[in-house]
Amino acid sequence: MHDAEGGVRSAYAQYCEWYGQQDPAVLNRKGSEAERTFRRTGITFNVYGEGDAEERLIPFDMIPRIVSGAQWRRLERGIEQRVRALNAFLHDLYHRQEIVRSGRLPDRLLRGNEAFLPQMVGFTPPGGVYTHVVGIDLVRTGEDEFVVLEDNARTPSGVSYMLENRETMMAMFPELFTHMRVREVSDYPRKLARSLAACAPAAAGKHNPVVAVLTPGIYNSAYFEHAFLADQMGAELVEGSDLRVEDGRIAMRTTRGYQPIDVLYRRVDDEWLDPLTFNAASKLGPSGIMDIYRAGGITLANAPGTGIADDKAIYSFMPEIVEFYTGERPLLHNVRTWRCAEPDSLAYVLANLAQLVVKEVHGSGGYGMLIGPTSSRREIEAFRAKLKARPENYIAQPTLALSTVPILTKAGLAPRHVDLRPFVLVSPAGIEITPGGLTRVALRKGSLVVNSSQGGGTKDSWVLND
Amino acid sequence: MLGRTANGVFWMLRYLERAENTARLLEAGFRMALTRDVATSEQEWRSVIVTTGQRRAYEARNGTYAGIQVFNWILRDRSNEASVLNMIELARTNARMVRAGLTREVWEATNETWMRLSEALARPVRESTLGSVLDLVRRQSTQVRGAMDGTMLRNEIYNFARLGKFIERADNTARILDVKYYVLLPAVSYVGSSLDNVQWDNVLRSVSAERAYRWLNAGRMDPRSIAEFLILDGRFPRSLAFCYTKVGSNLRSLARDYGNAAPCHAMLDEADERLREGDIDEIFDAGLHEFIGGFIARNQAIAAQIQRDYRFTE
Repeated sequence: MHDAEGGVRSAYAQYCEWYGQQDPAVLNRKGSEAERTFRRTGITFNVYGEGDAEERLIPFDMIPRIVSGAQWRRLERGIEQRVRALNAFLHDLYHRQEIVRSGRLPDRLLRGNEAFLPQMVGFTPPGGVYTHVVGIDLVRTGEDEFVVLEDNARTPSGVSYMLENRETMMAMFPELFTHMRVREVSDYPRKLARSLAACAPAAAGKHNPVVAVLTPGIYNSAYFEHAFLADQMGAELVEGSDLRVEDGRIAMRTTRGYQPIDVLYRRVDDEWLDPLTFNAASKLGPSGIMDIYRAGGITLANAPGTGIADDKAIYSFMPEIVEFYTGERPLLHNVRTWRCAEPDSLAYVLANLAQLVVKEVHGSGGYGMLIGPTSSRREIEAFRAKLKARPENYIAQPTLALSTVPILTKAGLAPRHVDLRPFVLVSPAGIEITPGGLTRVALRKGSLVVNSSQGGGTKDSWVLND
Repeated sequence: MLGRTANGVFWMLRYLERAENTARLLEAGFRMALTRDVATSEQEWRSVIVTTGQRRAYEARNGTYAGIQVFNWILRDRSNEASVLNMIELARTNARMVRAGLTREVWEATNETWMRLSEALARPVRESTLGSVLDLVRRQSTQVRGAMDGTMLRNEIYNFARLGKFIERADNTARILDVKYYVLLPAVSYVGSSLDNVQWDNVLRSVSAERAYRWLNAGRMDPRSIAEFLILDGRFPRSLAFCYTKVGSNLRSLARDYGNAAPCHAMLDEADERLREGDIDEIFDAGLHEFIGGFIARNQAIAAQIQRDYRFTE
């Protein structure tokens, strides 16, 4: 919110002026109002591993995170470039693997990597699109300096919070939106529907493609989002038990009989997608869907096997990947990353564990990581043993001088670490980026972990139309 | 629409309707208990339990038919799968499942109903708080009904929701009549006694019909016309005839929409005709109990046929 000299950054100027005129007691009351609205709306998530399927709210902070128009335009170009490269990379990985042949990417990253799906080798998804929906996690490290923390090419979630947070803010503070020009996010579901429909398979024929959202069901932690998106897109929300193979298509059981689906926006992981091909115990996806997919009978969004791009060891090669496929210098940088598989890096990491963040290459959701500066000596030593045993399983990054943004606490404004996940849609018609995204915030003082499963909250994210 | 969605809205409305009707039943029972001696009121509470179909489960866990025990069991006991709290939870779970088929207002009203009742029923209900709990059930049901009426598209989703609602309501009214049929049997020795008047009044109250009936009959009570009112009078929204008019109109609109009639249509037409052509004297001559038993069985068969015809499940 403030620049290095302690002045108010221009994107925040108007907001700060407004904030100065607010009564803190009224703001706090509005906070509990917002919470009641979220409960009634059912914007809740189930926490993994809790016995009593308890429904929780993701804490919402009402101070918006503001990005200027100019800043956003720069980001947008970088994101577009990166996502273009990701799709070209995935296509290459599942075809000739030129990047490996050229020696830019070590073969060891693919061998034995569970996220690499042999079933996808030699197959090109309809429209050539692998990642229909991507979330790029960014952190700001300095004035106008955003770097990529993580790519989410598998199943980025959280877009419903982006949309609901905005609705809530508009309901709570309408006056802010009449004075400040904040760019619209609410047409995301419409764009998603259009983008998915543009990827329909040949089998869909000439009619309007039938799009459905596949959910694991009401006990899944992201069920609210699945229902929300289906509702907003006007698509059916299907479960594995609604689907079966009919005449070479995947069809859903309707009250009139079985109807074929053209595009399935699946929120079920690869492993559970097809009991015939992957985990035989799965009831979440229909048997035989991979065969139908490979025969051109249905589009799966995102394509199976895209998770390989989320691998944190692959991530460390993203600068090379972007250059290799676009022929351009990467506009967005990575966080500096040490690959523990490389002896020199490992030595450095082992010598500096207390200052570093160490992550599992396949991990997600903030699990299985070490945050050096906030860990006890015992925790660090325990992690050191794991790291030495399987160095190739880890990467390390500096605990960045991450920028903070203010949140509202009982004692007034206080700085907290945040990241920003813009949502990107890919179709043969092009790449669309919704201005803003999901800002996740580490609510505990000093914490760097923003994941909702670990006490993170969210904020509305504004891109100014300036 | 998905067969699973049809199943979801059908049952969501059945559970909501059952919860609301159970509250009305409790209200009538409570009133009876306040005005009668202990033995009569225990008998009344017992008949409430029998009506909800939970007699065996209740007696397995409870020794007596004391009022406070009965209404806590019916409202919130975790070992009672037909408790009001459980009905509301099931309705809300079904609503979540078919969330994309409901308007935001219907979903929020249903979710709020669950939130408020879970809170109100978190602790045992006392005689002094029973009234406000029952009131809450009725008001929340009205809210969901209003949201349905005011915001839902009149399409197949709405039709399946309404089918669930009226099939359940017909079943509930029939069960109340079945349990109370002996009260309605004209027994010469009691006719005109004040005891009977109170019992008959209670039958009416169980389905919130007392005012409508008094208004139509200028305060005169007789068992035959009470039975006639609850079975055959198409003007009263909880009568069997009214429910079947609604089941019929929703099935017809599905047939129009789909371009063909399913086997459940013929079953409904036949059952509906019995009500429209029905004559209360003939019903009493053939046996009220037999008539109601037959109705409940046919009602269940129609519900099962609808579920098959429209592929509710695999």
